Amino acid sequence: MLQIDHLTTVDLKVSLDNISFLFEAGNIYTILGRTGAGKTELLRALMGLNPLVDGDIKLDGKSLAKRPIRDRDMSLVYQQFINYPHLSVLDNVAFPLRRQGKKKAEAQSLASEILATVGLSEFLQRRPAQLSGGQQQRVALARAMVKHSRILMLDEPLANLDYKLREQLREEFPRLVAGNDDSVILYTTTEPREAMELGNTMIIMNNGRIVASGSPADLFAHPPTKDAASVISDPPISFISGFVRSKALYFGEGQLAPSGGLKLPPDGPVTIALRPDAIEPGGAFNATIGLSEFSGSETIIHLDFDFGRAIMLVEGIHTFETGDALSVSIQAENIMLFAPNGRNITTRTNQDG
Amino acid sequence: MNKFYHTLKTLFLLGWSIFVVFPFLWALTTSFKDANAITSGATYIPWVDFEPSTQGWTSLFTTGSKGINIVGPFIDSAAVTLIASCISLMLGTLAAYGLSRFEYRLGFVKNADITFFFISQRIMPPIVLAIPFFLMLKELGALDTILGLVLVYIALLLPIAVWVMSDFFSGIPKELDEMAMTDGCSPIGAFFRVILPNSVPGLVVAGMFCLIFGWNDFFFAFTLTFTETQLLPVSIVSLNSSVTPWWSLSAFALISVAPLACVAVIVERYMSRGTMSGAIR
Repeated sequence: MLQIDHLTTVDLKVSLDNISFLFEAGNIYTILGRTGAGKTELLRALMGLNPLVDGDIKLDGKSLAKRPIRDRDMSLVYQQFINYPHLSVLDNVAFPLRRQGKKKAEAQSLASEILATVGLSEFLQRRPAQLSGGQQQRVALARAMVKHSRILMLDEPLANLDYKLREQLREEFPRLVAGNDDSVILYTTTEPREAMELGNTMIIMNNGRIVASGSPADLFAHPPTKDAASVISDPPISFISGFVRSKALYFGEGQLAPSGGLKLPPDGPVTIALRPDAIEPGGAFNATIGLSEFSGSETIIHLDFDFGRAIMLVEGIHTFETGDALSVSIQAENIMLFAPNGRNITTRTNQDG
Repeated sequence: MNKFYHTLKTLFLLGWSIFVVFPFLWALTTSFKDANAITSGATYIPWVDFEPSTQGWTSLFTTGSKGINIVGPFIDSAAVTLIASCISLMLGTLAAYGLSRFEYRLGFVKNADITFFFISQRIMPPIVLAIPFFLMLKELGALDTILGLVLVYIALLLPIAVWVMSDFFSGIPKELDEMAMTDGCSPIGAFFRVILPNSVPGLVVAGMFCLIFGWNDFFFAFTLTFTETQLLPVSIVSLNSSVTPWWSLSAFALISVAPLACVAVIVERYMSRGTMSGAIR
């Protein structure tokens, strides 16, 4: 069990701001956030690479804050595929085992086993520079896993790979880290899909703070804050200023918004959040197409309404011209409401509150 | 058009090679000439243009009026240069690593100022340093000794080592050190196990500079020694008499160049920065 209490750092690109969290062994925690959210800083602070100005890190109740990096029982895989260029693939992976005091033959034997797991048995004697990007990252992953550290941290490990390799390694990842039941696995990413696919628990970070945490499905369905909703939504969620008056919901200057099934808050300003699936073609709302782009089997359409811009997702490939008019409907069951302070205040009439 | 440029390039390289190699060819042929062959015009092919003589070479290994024995100065030069270069490289590498990885601040003095301080030692003309060096060595009783010269050469070569290695270390990603520490190394262990093995090209370049500057120095070897210790560049001066012995000077020049040329050939393959590829992508 890894516990962080009031973790605070300063003088870095992003400062960690009083972060506390409890990580249970055997879980994969995906840490989702935009670039500059503080994900890497959190991992570096845990590792001891960034100094703390306040707070503590405890592994099974024992403080790690003052322990040297090498004694923290942690492994880290960087976003950049960092390997030792002067060593062969086999010796790269055996390196941490040799530092643990294992004999060369034993270290190499264990390294071979883990390299077989990541599919690099054929490349044991090659240098990292002689491998492709995906293979280099597998070497880095194997080196991190071979130690069987209590904490395995992966800092956007797929970010520098091309699309195909990223997809492949993403699919393989659960198999690669299977069997680490005593370990806490922390996986940072900027991609909501990756975070939701890989993690048992998802943590959303913004501006050096944890803004939300929970199961991926819960967080996606009920993001606690506007920031969390923004980070977790891909394609992007659209936020439109609105207000509630006399038990009715209005967009912008006063256009009535659908609110069936929503328990509306007291009169006052709100932010209305529209996920792309909240808007469907055909309906009472008139919009102008600002931009239309293909995303594989879907088409993402940016719509300009009188009250603001929102994004609609349509199955299949459709051709729309910029500037064309389009009538759409907005589904109240996919609308979320946020208070001016950013808190999610969406309540459905079939919910308790 | 391509063929034209290829021919032009070949001709240029050929011309440049002749320009570079010719002095050595001239020195080699001259070293096998005697006084008569030297004064009879430009000749290059032994047994055809002139009758070869080993006088130039034998004069470097005999004592007395017929020449000087350069074995002693050669050994002294080699000892001073090697010891000073090794110590400079060792200290310079550690200093450069510290400057590239850690932040130092003493009032307004920061890392860049410390690096400049090292380099500034080479900005001063040698004559400015000669008198203080002379007085200090005299106080230490190290004038005209190998130890004295080694100390002076360390002071002269250390800035070169710090300069070259600082530049090299700044090109090695810090993440490599961090990775080594997460893999179980202490900071000093990370340096010796990971950074140093990946710094061979930098060490070779810095080492070559140290050897070249140390081996070729004349000024300090001349001003800080008298009779007990004599380095190779100084001993060549004693060859001069009423008649300049070009044959001996030429043989001497070739012997002087040979060690550095051999070292350069041996280490040439390490003088590439490509070894860092694969460290980080």
